Amino acid sequence: MYLVLFFLFAGLCVAGALNLLLQRHPIHSALSLLVVMSSLAVLYLLLGAEFLAAAQIIVYSGAIVVLFVFVIMLLNAGAEERTHGSWTAYIAGFPGAAAIFCVLAFIFLSQRKLLGTARLGDYIVTTRDLSQVLFRDLLLPFEVTSILILVAILGAVVLARKEQ
Amino acid sequence: MIVPIAWYLILAAILFCIGVAAFLIKRNVISIFMSIELMLNAVNLTFVAFAHMWHAVQGQIFVFFVMVVAAAEAAVGLAIIIAIFRTRETLSVDQINLMKL
Repeated sequence: MYLVLFFLFAGLCVAGALNLLLQRHPIHSALSLLVVMSSLAVLYLLLGAEFLAAAQIIVYSGAIVVLFVFVIMLLNAGAEERTHGSWTAYIAGFPGAAAIFCVLAFIFLSQRKLLGTARLGDYIVTTRDLSQVLFRDLLLPFEVTSILILVAILGAVVLARKEQ
Repeated sequence: MIVPIAWYLILAAILFCIGVAAFLIKRNVISIFMSIELMLNAVNLTFVAFAHMWHAVQGQIFVFFVMVVAAAEAAVGLAIIIAIFRTRETLSVDQINLMKL
């Protein structure tokens, strides 16, 4: 069951990411991003992170993707025109990305024994455990984050405002 | 029924590399921005997988902070895209090659 769920949602993740890569219209890319983020929420649930799964749905699927779709519709963005990117991207970028993937996959597979395994429900972080660390040990970073959000709101309003 | 943690990490590596490729291929500012979000999500999955492996809550706290910063970044970034579109009237990165508005 666990294996089936993992492969189902891992496949959905990769398919959504590839669709994001291949679609030329930004709204299709945004909807594929929604698929990737929702499947990642299920993978977080499989890893026992129930609070993060809820936060992923609310923050990413609920807020960020909706913001993207809103901006795409506001700017009336059409399909991107087919132009060639820079040669540096093709010569250095793709072999570089493939090399990063090969190195990471080699390391993870060679250290597979040390990394251990995951079973359904063997380690569940409840919201209580999470909030005890977040609001007691890491209270200062949490408060600093709220200031960051405030600055981001002010910055977004100033940048997007029409100049008088 | 068990799944090795390594498979989760390899899935995160696949997503990250697709994000890098999309960042290089895409010619639309909004699509490039979405591929950055994809890379952030891939790294979040690694954090959660390692938190499960070490039985440590701190990894999940880190994901929480990454989500908050990503939300702030999306708000500011999309505001910048709106400001660029208002002056240039294009979203193609080939034509947005000056920092000056």
